[in-house]
Amino acid sequence: MTDIDKTAEPTDTPPAGAEAIKAIPVRHYGRYVSAVIAIALLVAIIYAFAQGQINWHAVPDYFFDDRIVTGVSKTLLLTVLSMLIGIVGGIVLAVMRLSKNPVTSAIAWFYIWFFRGTPVLVQLFLWFNLGLVFRYINLMPLYKDEWSNFMTPLLTALLGLGLNEAAYMAEICRAGLLAVDEGQTEAAHALGMSHAKTLRRVVIPQAMRVIVPPTGNEVINMLKTTSLVAAVQYPELFRYAQDIGQNSGAPVEMYFLAAAWYLIMTSVLSVGQYYLERYYARGSSRQLPPTPWQKVKTNMLSLGRPKGGMA
Amino acid sequence: MTDKLNKTQDTPTAGTVPMVKAEGVHKSFGHVEVLKGIDLEVKPGEVFCLIGPSGSGKSTFLRCINHLEKINAGRLYVDGELVGYRQQGEKLYELRDREVAMKRRDIGMVFQRFNLFPHMTAVENVMEAPVQVKGVSRAQARERAMQLLERVGLDDRAGHYPSQLSGGQQQRVAIARALAMEPKLMLFDEPTSALDPELVGDVLDVMRDLAESGMTMVVVTHEMGFAREVGDSLVFMDDGVVVESGHPRDVLTNPQHERTQSFLSKVL
Repeated sequence: MTDIDKTAEPTDTPPAGAEAIKAIPVRHYGRYVSAVIAIALLVAIIYAFAQGQINWHAVPDYFFDDRIVTGVSKTLLLTVLSMLIGIVGGIVLAVMRLSKNPVTSAIAWFYIWFFRGTPVLVQLFLWFNLGLVFRYINLMPLYKDEWSNFMTPLLTALLGLGLNEAAYMAEICRAGLLAVDEGQTEAAHALGMSHAKTLRRVVIPQAMRVIVPPTGNEVINMLKTTSLVAAVQYPELFRYAQDIGQNSGAPVEMYFLAAAWYLIMTSVLSVGQYYLERYYARGSSRQLPPTPWQKVKTNMLSLGRPKGGMA
Repeated sequence: MTDKLNKTQDTPTAGTVPMVKAEGVHKSFGHVEVLKGIDLEVKPGEVFCLIGPSGSGKSTFLRCINHLEKINAGRLYVDGELVGYRQQGEKLYELRDREVAMKRRDIGMVFQRFNLFPHMTAVENVMEAPVQVKGVSRAQARERAMQLLERVGLDDRAGHYPSQLSGGQQQRVAIARALAMEPKLMLFDEPTSALDPELVGDVLDVMRDLAESGMTMVVVTHEMGFAREVGDSLVFMDDGVVVESGHPRDVLTNPQHERTQSFLSKVL
C-alpha cells in the first residue's frame, strides 16, 4: 500500500543527538503589573460586598427552603418544556422555510419576523390577555371553556417562551442544514436514498455539529428568561425568592440566593453541552479532544515523571 | 420509438439492450446550453470513457444518467428504460421521487470529491445504503461491506472515519460503497482528479479490477493511460457535443478531428 498513513500520532521528542535549546525566557514585567492591579480591584470589590449592609447568613438559611426548591424544579420544568416546544417548532419552521413551496416558506418567514421582532415579555402579556379577542376556547367535542380559565399561568408561560424560542431555533436549524455540503445529499440520492432518509441519516447528523453549540446557548438563555414569567403570575425560582425576600425582610439577600441557583443550573447545563458537542464532532476532527476527566487522569499519571526526560 | 420500447420489454436478455442510450440529449442551466444533442450508446459489460476539456459537458451528461440533473430535450435510456420519466402513448409523465430513487439503486456513482459520509466509519459508509434502502440486516450488511473493503484493499481501515483516511483510501471506500448496492452500471465522475499523483494508481487498480469482472462502467476521466488500456469505447466531447468516438486506441493515437488533435496534444 502506497497510501500515507494519517493515523500516526505526532511526537514531541527531539531528534536523537540534537542538543535541546536552553535559553533564558523573556521576562514580561507588564504581565506582573496588570495581574497585581486586577487582583487588587477584585479584593476591593469583595471587601465592599462583605462590608455592605447585607445579612449573608440569610442566604444559606433559605438555600434549601421548600419554596426555593419548588421554584428551582418549576424553573427547570419550564426550561425543558419551552425548549422542547422551541426545538420541535424550530425544526418545522426551518424545513418550511427551506421548502420549495412558496406559501409555507412565506408563512415561516412571517412567523420568524413577528416572534423575533417583538420582546418576549410583551408576547407573554399578549398571550395572557388574549381573552379580549377570544372569549371562549371551543374545541367542539373535546373541550370548551372561557379563555381566562383555559389560559393558566403555566400555559401562558409555555406558549410565550416556547413560541418565541421556535423563531430563534428555526434560524439556528436552517443555518445547520445549509452548512452541510451539497455533495452529501447527491451521494445519498445516488445510492437510492429517499429525501426523508437523506435528511434523517445524512444531513441532520452533520447539521447537528453546527446546531448544538448555539442551541446550548439558547437553553442557558431560556433558563434565565424563565424569570420573566413571574410577570404572568407563574411562580418559579425568582418569584419565590422575591416572595421570601418580602416576607423575611431580606429582599437583596434573596436575589443573591436566586443568582447562585441560576449559576449552579447553568454550570451543569454547560457541562452537558460539552459532552453533546463532543458526540457530534465524531468524524469531523481526526482526534476528539479529551474530556476533562481524561485530562485529569493523564495529568495524574504524568505527575511522577518529568516530561521529555531533560529535567 | 415505441417500437424500441416494446422490443426491450419482450426480450429480457440484457445482451441486446444497450445499458445506456442517449438520443439528442440537451441540457441547459438557465441560458447556458451545456449539452447540445448527445447521441451515444453504452453496451453492457463495456468500459466507456468520456474525455474532453473542462466545461465540455461530460460531467453533466454523467449526472443526467442517474437523474441528478434533468434533461431538457431528447431521450435517455438506462437498460431500456427512460430516465426520470414514464411514457404512456405520446405523453411523458415525470417520475415521483420514490420511483427515481428506486432506479438509482441499480446505478452506482463515484464522485470527484468522494462525498463519503464524514460522521460514519468506512464500514458504516458501505453498509448504509443496503441497510437503509434495501432493508438488509445490519449483520449481513456488515459482512458484505467487509468483503467489499477487502476487495478494494482497505479491510484494515474499516473502523476509520473518512477524515482519518487519505484521498486515495477515501475514494476506494466510495467505490466499495457504490458496489454495496450491487449496481448493474457504475458512473465515475473524474474519480482521480482530486488525488495526489502517487495515490491515483491504487484507485485505477481497483477500477481496472472492476472492469475485468465485467461491470459496465461510464468513466469521465483525464487518465488517458487508463482509457487506452481498460476502455472499450471512448468519446471526445467538446462544447456540449460529441466530436469524435471510437475505440480508445484509435481515437487516442490517431485522432481524425482537428479539435481532438489539439486537445490530445496538450494532455498526452
